[in-house]
Amino acid sequence: MRARLYRLNWVDVVLNALRIVIIVAVIVGAFNTITSGKYTGDQWISLVMSGLAQGSIYALIALGYTLVYGILLMINFAHGEVFMAGAYTAYFLAAYSARQGWLESQPLLTILSWILVAALVSMGVAVLLERVAYRPLRGAPRLVPLITAIGASFFLQYTFKGLYGSAFRTYPEVAALKGSVAMGGAQIPIVQIFVFLAAVVLMVGLYWIVEKTKRGKAMRAVSENKEVARLMGIDIDQVIVFTFMLGGALAGAAGVINGLYRPQGVNFFMGFFPGIKAFTAAVLGGIGNVPGAFLGGILLGVIESLGPNLVLDGLGIPAANQLKDVIAFTMLVLVLIFRPQGILGERLAEKRA
Amino acid sequence: MRENRTFQWRLLLRFGLLAGIVPLYTAAIGMVEVFNAREVVQGLLTLGEMLVVFPSLVVGYLTALHLRRDGSNPVTALASALVTGLIASLPVALLVLINEAVPLRGMFVNVTPALIKILLFEQEQMLTGLGLLIGALTLAGGLGGLAAFIPERFRRPLITGLVVVILSGLLSEFIKQILQQFVSRNALRQIVKGKSLTSQAAGAIFAVTYLISLFWISKGQDVKSWYNRLPATGQRQSRRVANTVLGLFLLILPWIMGPYLSEVIDNVGLYIIMGLGLNIAVGWAGLLDLGYVTNFAVGAYITGVLISTGPLGIGARLGIDPLNFWMIIPIAILAAMFTGFIFALPVLRMRGDYLAIATLGFGEIIRLLALSDWLKPYIGGAQGILFITKPDLPGLAELLPLADWAPSFVEMSQKKGVLNGLLKLLFYGEFSGPQELYYIILAGALLVLFVAIRLNNSRTGRQWMAMREDEDAASSVGINITLTKVLAFTVSAASGGLAGAIFASKVGTIFPNSFSLLVSINVLSLIIIGGMGSIPGIVVGALALIGLPELLREFSEFRLLLYGALLVVMMLVRPEGLWPSPVIRREMLSVEEESEEPPPSDKGTTETPQALHSLWEPTD
Repeated sequence: MRARLYRLNWVDVVLNALRIVIIVAVIVGAFNTITSGKYTGDQWISLVMSGLAQGSIYALIALGYTLVYGILLMINFAHGEVFMAGAYTAYFLAAYSARQGWLESQPLLTILSWILVAALVSMGVAVLLERVAYRPLRGAPRLVPLITAIGASFFLQYTFKGLYGSAFRTYPEVAALKGSVAMGGAQIPIVQIFVFLAAVVLMVGLYWIVEKTKRGKAMRAVSENKEVARLMGIDIDQVIVFTFMLGGALAGAAGVINGLYRPQGVNFFMGFFPGIKAFTAAVLGGIGNVPGAFLGGILLGVIESLGPNLVLDGLGIPAANQLKDVIAFTMLVLVLIFRPQGILGERLAEKRA
Repeated sequence: MRENRTFQWRLLLRFGLLAGIVPLYTAAIGMVEVFNAREVVQGLLTLGEMLVVFPSLVVGYLTALHLRRDGSNPVTALASALVTGLIASLPVALLVLINEAVPLRGMFVNVTPALIKILLFEQEQMLTGLGLLIGALTLAGGLGGLAAFIPERFRRPLITGLVVVILSGLLSEFIKQILQQFVSRNALRQIVKGKSLTSQAAGAIFAVTYLISLFWISKGQDVKSWYNRLPATGQRQSRRVANTVLGLFLLILPWIMGPYLSEVIDNVGLYIIMGLGLNIAVGWAGLLDLGYVTNFAVGAYITGVLISTGPLGIGARLGIDPLNFWMIIPIAILAAMFTGFIFALPVLRMRGDYLAIATLGFGEIIRLLALSDWLKPYIGGAQGILFITKPDLPGLAELLPLADWAPSFVEMSQKKGVLNGLLKLLFYGEFSGPQELYYIILAGALLVLFVAIRLNNSRTGRQWMAMREDEDAASSVGINITLTKVLAFTVSAASGGLAGAIFASKVGTIFPNSFSLLVSINVLSLIIIGGMGSIPGIVVGALALIGLPELLREFSEFRLLLYGALLVVMMLVRPEGLWPSPVIRREMLSVEEESEEPPPSDKGTTETPQALHSLWEPTD
């Protein structure tokens, strides 16, 4: 009994020391930066706003992770590639419609059509993924679908590399989204506001589907208890496919929105980092929890945007912006260590993780 | 109605379209065009054409076989095979037609005129070409169908023979390199011409494999029972002979293979070292570690800093003499083990998917830190560390007073060949090229292999496996889970450090981008495909995943695509791997049997009952 207590304490001591070190580092870094007065209040505002925009893209992708996890209790590792598929395919339509001048005459409709195409392609990829790679493995040992997902992720990346080539593409510029709005003393680009609003609209739409429609009710029932749901006459396979469709559509839409916000870097590899970050966001908010994913995404975006300047700069680290991704990954590890159930999640996540 | 009864249209359509997707897909991603550069048999068949035609052949065979088992009459079966081939040709024919109407190249970069030409069998006229394409695939379906009528006894050797011919055709460039050292040039030209087999060589290889395979099918049982009837001492002796032959072969391998192939073998060896290490965490302890590259990077970087003669080495920075390679090996191993230990602490409480993603995060953090300007003064940032010296040993020429004679000794042996290379290494002790470094890698691999085999049967090894089966049960019988886990990560890291040190010294310069996630994925894939937890499986996996793509440079462009596909297919078809360890195979099978138990209506649940001892944690 004594040995057991001692053992538990040993790990706890290490983890708590880690926690303290990080908290101290954050406080010291932030204190140094703020007292040095290197950045003005307006600069902070614009950092927060760009964090919000980036975060809402993470949030849209994160919803796909969360929906699938809520129902199948598995992490769809290839979800980043679902995002890439839509974004990359819609690029061709975008380039074409810019050449045709539709973007000038009908900006809103054109962008909507991009989103539609991207959502459809991503949906198709997600459904195919479920059918080919995941469905036959339901009930297999837990590690098996995870490995399949890693394999599928690489397969999709290099399929799209083969199909569309390995060049970096750039989304066309949208004239209607240029310019900025003054907010206090800070200039907020319109595109950031658009991105944030679009994400909120999609999120509300999803929330309505999950909470108010019959399908959504079926989804919630299946995530609660599959056996009982089946006894109530719910077609589980259909619900799962629908879930993948929803997640895929949101990822595709996120792909286009991402293209509007950051036109460069459309490539077969573009899904990898957003995928991992969106996963972080989903875990941060509490995986399996729809509002949680949104909250987590926004939070991660803001932390990632503020972190380098606020904390790392203050600690005297040069070129802190290079370490943006390190912050995201560190967040991921920290959340997994200290609060695997996330902000809004139930205790359940920890048990099943 | 009658037609419906003779032809199972749904089946034909499904088989045909599945087979039709393969040429369509491989054509669209550019595989057909790239592979077309390689002739398998000279003037007869290119690899690209094989990609287009082969699926029809296979599916025709499968259709006919299926129908014959169902008891259809032979004519229907054969006709069905033809129809399947026809259906299989439609998607790719459609691609050609659509491309004619709307050029697809703006979007699908690989739908080039060259590809279309290949698909049309080099015909100028579109219609003739299309006819040829459809006709060829239909015919292939029919041929496959015919194959289903050959009696089992002759069919198996036929397939083996074909596979061997295709494989040797693919590897003919290397067969040539090896044969060069033993066969006269004229004789060589009879066997390999350019990059492909001559048709007479292909025929000969086919005939020989066919006969051997035929012999094995009829007499294989007798040979096996003869061996089993040998007395125990006899069996032991024959095994000892086999081991000696294998050992000798491994000793002279690089000199048979030549420098390029030795380089490939070196890479395979490095991955075997890493695979054996990661296998401890993944295969035995059930901890899915996606950040194995961390240990590799630490080993390589510590080697770089300590033995580089460049500006970043300790020589220039601290004014100390750089260490030599042999001193660095234990240091690199210890450093990697320490890293493994440190990174194990935060993830002790995580299981399954969360553990995988957290370790993946570690791997990326390390790479990003190595790239960053912050650590640039110490480890070089994106420019990496240069001037890492190669290992050397005092050779015989130094140890014995042979310095004057050594050159003439080396001269005396043939100019090129096994003896010459070995003598040079013995006299001068310089591990300068891939052929010499091979011995260091071999020694490292044997060391790790020894440790792995000893661990596998040890108390610790059994603790790891017990923990993999069920953490709670293991802890309730007195296994200290925390310690066992930390130990698994630490020990598994050691061989990553060893591989990193050898790698750094082998390539001479290291860059952060050599330490990307792909290394972890490569190692993980080879373990899984070879068979988790199985030591011979790792060797097989490394040869298949690291060796083959380096030999077939056409493949290396599609390497990761193939890895991905292999991982998925492997998990769907053969989750226990190519050469599974007996324990894991038993577990995998027991899980499958159990999950097949519920009635078919049970499909679509994740809560199928699991075997008590399922691999890793069950779903619920």
